[in-house]
Parts: sequence; structure tokens; C-alpha cells
Amino acid sequence: MIYSDIAITAFSIAVMVDLFIFKTSMLTRPAFWTSYAIILPFQFLTNWWLTSRNIVMYNPDAIMGLRLFSAPAEDVLFGFALLLSVMGLWEVWGRKGYQRH
Amino acid sequence: MKQWSYMAMLIFTFCGSAWLEIYLKTGVLRRIKRVAISVLPISVLFLAWDAYAIAQGHWFFDREQILGIFGPFGIPLEEYLFFMVIPMAAIFTIEGVTTVKPHWRKDEFGE
Repeated sequence: MIYSDIAITAFSIAVMVDLFIFKTSMLTRPAFWTSYAIILPFQFLTNWWLTSRNIVMYNPDAIMGLRLFSAPAEDVLFGFALLLSVMGLWEVWGRKGYQRH
Repeated sequence: MKQWSYMAMLIFTFCGSAWLEIYLKTGVLRRIKRVAISVLPISVLFLAWDAYAIAQGHWFFDREQILGIFGPFGIPLEEYLFFMVIPMAAIFTIEGVTTVKPHWRKDEFGE
């Protein structure tokens, strides 16, 4: 599997886990989408830094080739999966009453 | 200085999100155990992906722009930190949002 396949898989798993396992349904919450809207421009900025300066480089055979602000488009799926799963798990513990406040 | 290029991005991200802790008193660091059990299980999975991608050559790093410290699986220190700093930034952000919009948190917890 190349980066594109794994990114799509990770995105799908994160969405499934949110809906059916964590049942936090972050995907229906304004708190999640507002946070994501705040983070996404910073993701583009920091990814642009890492990729435009060739700090991180990608094998052309491992990506689709579509780039957004110099970073592979796959990074959006990767970032979404990471952010959704972390915020979801944070929410799971909060719901269980673990260090809620 | 060039070897700090990747680290600079991590410091920027941490400072750019952790100020909410002071400004909005989100109290995330006070709940460090909840941070740990939210971040670590996810970062382990993403680091496994990272190890695989590095081994397969999907992505690679400019040795002159990282500190050159490598952990297990040939993963640079900066990547390990990435999977702590970015998840923490996400938590700072959502806690910042729900501090400003407490009714969104009320809906979430039914309090």
C-alpha cells in the first residue's frame, strides 16, 4: 500500500470509530468542526513549511501527485484522521467522567 | 541553525496552541493523565504507520534539517514529538472552543 491507500484507510477507520465505537459522534458536533476549521489553516501553514523547504520529502510513486500548498493532498486525510481520533478519545474519557474538569 | 528547521515547526505549533491554556484557562495540562491516555494510543498507531512509510520509502527527511537524533524504527526525534505536539494542539483547541462556547460542552456531556 502506498501513502494514498493508507491515508484513505486511516480516514475511513477514524470516521467509523467515531460513529460506531467511540460513539462520541464528533462529526455531528459544532465544537469539533469549529476546532477543525481553526486547525486546518495552521496545518496548511506548517505542512507548507515542512514540504516547501524539503524538510520532509515524498517518493512520487507513493502519492497521487496532487499538492495543496506544496504538501501532498493525502496529508489532509492523514491530518483529519489524527485530529478526529485524538479529539474523539479525549471526549470518550471526558464522558466517562475521567478528569472532566 | 538549519538542523532546527523541523523542530521550529513543532515549537511554533506548541506555542501557537498552548497559549490558550493561559489565556482561556483551559486547564488541559492540569489533566495530563487524560491527555496521555487520549494521545498515546493514537500516536502509537500513527507511529507504526510512520515506521512503515519510512521503511518503504514513502517519505524521508533531509538529514541537514533535523537534529539527527533517531529513536526506534529509524524514526527521527521530531516525528515522535510531532505525534505528541499535534494531538495536544488539537486538545488545546477543542478545549479553547468549548471554553468560549460552554453550551457546546453542555450538549456534549448533558450537564
